[in-house]
Amino acid sequence: MIGCEDLRALLAKASPARSGDFLAELAAQTQEERVRAQRRLAEVTLDEILAAPIVPPEDDEVSRLILDQHDREAFRPIAGWSVGELREWLLSDAATDAGIAALKWALTPEMVAAVSKLMRNQDLIAVARKRRVVTGFRTTIGLAGRLSVRIQPNHPTDDPKGVAASILDGLQFGCGDAVIGINPATDSPDAMIRLLELIETLRLKLGCPVQSCVLAHVTTALSAIERGAPVDLVFQSIAGSEAANRSFGISLAMLAEAHQAALGLNRGTVGRNVMYFETGQGSALSADAHHGVDQQTMEARAYAVARAFDPLLVNTVVGFIGPEYLYDGKEITRAGLEDHFCGKLLGLPMGVDVCYTNHAEADQDDMDNLLTLLGVAGVNFVMGVPGSDDIMLNYQSTSYHDAAYVRDVLSLRAAPEFEAWLSGEGIFDAAGRLAARDDAGALIARAGLLAAA
Amino acid sequence: MDEKPPAPVSPLRALRRFTEARIGLGRFGAGQPTAVHLDFAEAHAKARDAVHTGFDLDGVAGALTAAGRRSIRIESLAGDRATYLRRPDLGRRLSAASRDRLAQERAEGGCDLVLIVADGLSATAVNRWAVGTALSVLAAVPQDWRVAPVVLAEQGRVALSDPIGEALGARLALMLVGERPGLSAADSLGAYLTFGPRPGRTDADRNCVSNIRPGGIAPEAAGRKLGRLAGRAASLGFGGTRLKDDETLIEAAQPAPLVAGDGGST
Repeated sequence: MIGCEDLRALLAKASPARSGDFLAELAAQTQEERVRAQRRLAEVTLDEILAAPIVPPEDDEVSRLILDQHDREAFRPIAGWSVGELREWLLSDAATDAGIAALKWALTPEMVAAVSKLMRNQDLIAVARKRRVVTGFRTTIGLAGRLSVRIQPNHPTDDPKGVAASILDGLQFGCGDAVIGINPATDSPDAMIRLLELIETLRLKLGCPVQSCVLAHVTTALSAIERGAPVDLVFQSIAGSEAANRSFGISLAMLAEAHQAALGLNRGTVGRNVMYFETGQGSALSADAHHGVDQQTMEARAYAVARAFDPLLVNTVVGFIGPEYLYDGKEITRAGLEDHFCGKLLGLPMGVDVCYTNHAEADQDDMDNLLTLLGVAGVNFVMGVPGSDDIMLNYQSTSYHDAAYVRDVLSLRAAPEFEAWLSGEGIFDAAGRLAARDDAGALIARAGLLAAA
Repeated sequence: MDEKPPAPVSPLRALRRFTEARIGLGRFGAGQPTAVHLDFAEAHAKARDAVHTGFDLDGVAGALTAAGRRSIRIESLAGDRATYLRRPDLGRRLSAASRDRLAQERAEGGCDLVLIVADGLSATAVNRWAVGTALSVLAAVPQDWRVAPVVLAEQGRVALSDPIGEALGARLALMLVGERPGLSAADSLGAYLTFGPRPGRTDADRNCVSNIRPGGIAPEAAGRKLGRLAGRAASLGFGGTRLKDDETLIEAAQPAPLVAGDGGST
């Protein structure tokens, strides 16, 4: 049997190289040491991983949650598998969508992280592609052959007209079926309610099946709900340890309270998934709350938190954190594929913010590559930021153009409810592609944006 | 192919008066118009160049000397840019040689203020605006203050203020540092004021003025504000979140957002 400390070290050393693990002084020192660790990890069995909690449950509510979630009945047939055997089964034709889904609560984050470390990028894509995770609110997200897009209409001062202008631009590109989600410049109930009412007004004027979210702190959302605001989705950043979550000002109990409050509003039409979570490798380390665990395994543990609350959307913001955690395009690409794979295996509706900052060794070409790979891997949703340039958060993400590109080259369609609306508006043609004529004028007029100016 | 595609003019362009966001760009298929693509590429190129441009130590030192201000040169433990970007912890610590160099400069009884110029994530910002800002600060602080030589720090992050200030026995450290370049501006300078600098200080112990550049807060104006802020911190005996300023441009430095990466300069 492997001990907790040995497993922690083995997972870290087996992890493909990335700057954050070097920063934490956990990474293998040579390439050969890394492969040696991968060989040893391939021999570890799943029941050994279950028996060796890498963060002590007595100190950490996320570890306790992982153990509480675990389904021993579903686990029994695979308990004796080694990590290497799990990899081979996942790649085999025996592992169907339903077969992988049946293991949702048998697999723990640590098992999924472990197997990802033995996989090449193509393995991560091939397996994730098989697993569809479908959720719903006013649109149905994650169906096979579909790709949804979050409109991210951020503005440095939350100016309502500026935000609305970015939303209309996104709708005109067929984006918005994942969510219209604003990162507010000010985290306050007043600011949140103003922005929610803005989206609500637009949604009703345009008759558009979308859900809104203002990405404020969960406590801000709770007070907005108390004040009767039109809250569709509750947002929160989450991480893979209790201490890291504390640094975000949250606990599992707070998330449960917010989840119940949002469910109580009963605003969804086609589904009842009401949570939107964001994660990202390195967040636990940056809060010094990683417990000596490598950043990719810590990220997978955040998914245990997410799946306790049946989210509509989980978004790994992969390149936002900076080069001290993911140095360049290669590391960002790898992390994006790992997070998508691990999330899907744990049953989450994974989206990826394909992004980078200006001090990372990355550029638009790297983002094109990762976006295309994720499209092939069956990602549920990506971001749509006007011209890739988020003028509030000061980083670069995928654009409305990029979303149209990846849908086009991979023949991916919008969520069915939203697609029907787009066709009715003449934004999409009969084939479900962007219509040749740009008739944004009609939307602008109906939104009353220029009239109100 | 005898037809050129029509020029893309989107009615959404009319909404650009409401936002700096890149809306109404037009499209060919899903692709961006060529000029739009190249505008973005140029903005990103400027930002990338700013991160990797060298700190013009001779130029900055020369300009300070010409204005009658002595300077000394030190470096962090990061050594080079690639290490600096990967290891923020090393950018917050002094090299052994620099520690010795600062010890030699320590005056009897320490000093009231040390002004530090660090390359941070945009040497472009520092090369352009640090001298003007620094001279304006030094002209604005009480003239009876004992001021250390200006410290020019290579591969430095904000918290390098702490060991520098401690080594010189400074009551206040003010660092001018290149901010992480954005697409709209690659040459923004940030200023961080620390009262009682010593290792272990956090962002909550500092006050910050950001976006110092001609299109933001002009360097001379920023320098005057910083000089007054330093004076207030010295007379009150504290800084950071407890030090409010009636000028809204000056705010307490916020801890870096946790999933956000822009703790990059700190």
